[in-house]
Amino acid sequence: MKVLSDTTVKRIKEEILPRYPEVTSAILPSLWEVQRELGWVSADAVKDIAEVLNVPAELVFDTLSFYTMFQKRPVGKFHIQVCTNVSCDLLGAMGVVEAFKKQLGVEVGETTQDGMFSLSTVECLGACGEAVVVQINDEYYTGVTPEKVAEILETLKRSA
Amino acid sequence: MKGEWVIFPGIPKKDRKSLNEYLAAGGYEAARKVLTQMGSQDVIEEVKKSGLRGRGGAGFPAGVKWGFVPRDVEGPRYLCCNADEGEPGTFKDREILLHVPHQLIEGMIIASYAIGANKAFVYVRGEFHKEAASLQRAIDEAKEKGFLGENLFGSDFSLDIVVHMGAGAYVCGEETALINSIEGRRGWPRLRPPFPAVKGLYGRPTIVNNVETLASVPFIISRGADEFRKYGTEKSAGTKLFAVSGWVKKPGVYERELGIPLKELLEDVCGGSRDGRPFYFVIPGGISAPPLTADELDVTMDYEALAEKGTMLGSGAVMVFPEGTCPVRVALRAIKFYEHESCGQCTPCREGSGWVARMLEDVEKGQLVGEDLELLADVAQNIFGKTVCPLGDSVALVTLGFLKKFREEFEKHLDAGRCPYAE
Repeated sequence: MKVLSDTTVKRIKEEILPRYPEVTSAILPSLWEVQRELGWVSADAVKDIAEVLNVPAELVFDTLSFYTMFQKRPVGKFHIQVCTNVSCDLLGAMGVVEAFKKQLGVEVGETTQDGMFSLSTVECLGACGEAVVVQINDEYYTGVTPEKVAEILETLKRSA
Repeated sequence: MKGEWVIFPGIPKKDRKSLNEYLAAGGYEAARKVLTQMGSQDVIEEVKKSGLRGRGGAGFPAGVKWGFVPRDVEGPRYLCCNADEGEPGTFKDREILLHVPHQLIEGMIIASYAIGANKAFVYVRGEFHKEAASLQRAIDEAKEKGFLGENLFGSDFSLDIVVHMGAGAYVCGEETALINSIEGRRGWPRLRPPFPAVKGLYGRPTIVNNVETLASVPFIISRGADEFRKYGTEKSAGTKLFAVSGWVKKPGVYERELGIPLKELLEDVCGGSRDGRPFYFVIPGGISAPPLTADELDVTMDYEALAEKGTMLGSGAVMVFPEGTCPVRVALRAIKFYEHESCGQCTPCREGSGWVARMLEDVEKGQLVGEDLELLADVAQNIFGKTVCPLGDSVALVTLGFLKKFREEFEKHLDAGRCPYAE
């Protein structure tokens, strides 16, 4: 193994693989497992997964490349993802994006120099009744306004 | 109001999340009844009789779909529950996953029994961590109690449910793309036929149903198809979870009977306009449903009435826009979504969505000339019907819908050389 920990390898073999009738189905959950451990999925991680599952690395890479939630390069400790689809757009998502940009000093798609925050815009997060919706790592923040951005960032910094 | 929280009372009350709470409300009695007293064909007939139609968007009769699974084929069959909930404007299935997960599990037990599946998957969109955890907790509880696993309710039927997380791909809400995604591949839709009911997951007979569809099944079994039919219309039977967002005072998820007048839903249920500004247009069934203008809002929320108006009920996701909203901006935002989500398999969709998006961008900036609107319509029209899945059709329908309903607004942009709505 190049980058996968023994715990992850064990989890893939003992928890993920037995759930599925065919081995290829374990590719997505294994990619999730690796991202959870390392924060992103590197080429070495792809090779490791292929080795554990005994499938071609090309197949793992093909799958990885298709799905937007898998990070193909390192992201910040907190990945801020602002929904800009129509319902959020109507209720001011672009103002929220601007507020994050200004306070973090980064453009969309960038990470702060200290590696703490990455900022992205994303498509519908499926919580339109509580627009504007922002996903930060696994958590949903709802009813976000530009005024609330500073407080959200403060709370995140304190929890870091 | 008729049909108010009839099938999903646990959502507003938030009192049936755990197994004990669900059991106290009569939970798993429908599954017990099916496994101890009914044949699989009886179950299919009852669901057919109820008129329950797919709640994910397509509206195909659920019982009929189940009936497509060949009965004489040896070997495994699969049930897949579609919890991808990706259609912009839709946020109803997460309420089921969060507040009544056992109701979904019970529906899955019944559906699996009906089609003869001993293994089922729930495909949950990758962003739904909390929702997936809620469902997994419920699955673990059900397993512990013997409601999942071997010999359910003393029968010889076994069922195992696996939660499978997506990872950010709208197209995986299309059933054959979802199947590919469970197989661990890129979520490319498959050509049909063969239909999944004959050859689906791992090449085996497979049924894919939406969360709300499956979670409606226990009610149909325990209370009967006739009781279900007391709500809704002849062809759009039962109730529906409507997810209302945008410019209303009380956005949210509401269960009401199908056929509820749209105006009643917006005014009485959702409290009307946020600030009194009149509604300008409404998207009645998720972003892929063409818009209804202010003078088209006298419509009932059922499959037939909305189809007559050239749009659709879809997933029941209602998005409301007030006067002062630029329709070109909304159309552009919608098409950019499709451009981002096009899986790239079919050229008309892959290339066409980008062309349409760039032309709409130019419309918004007022940088096209009048004749170009014909070209825009032509490009959009040429995507329609030429792709493996309906994503490409949506690009065409949304573009043509906005262009037809708001032609004057498009022209105003071109005349002004800029967006007249921009400050």
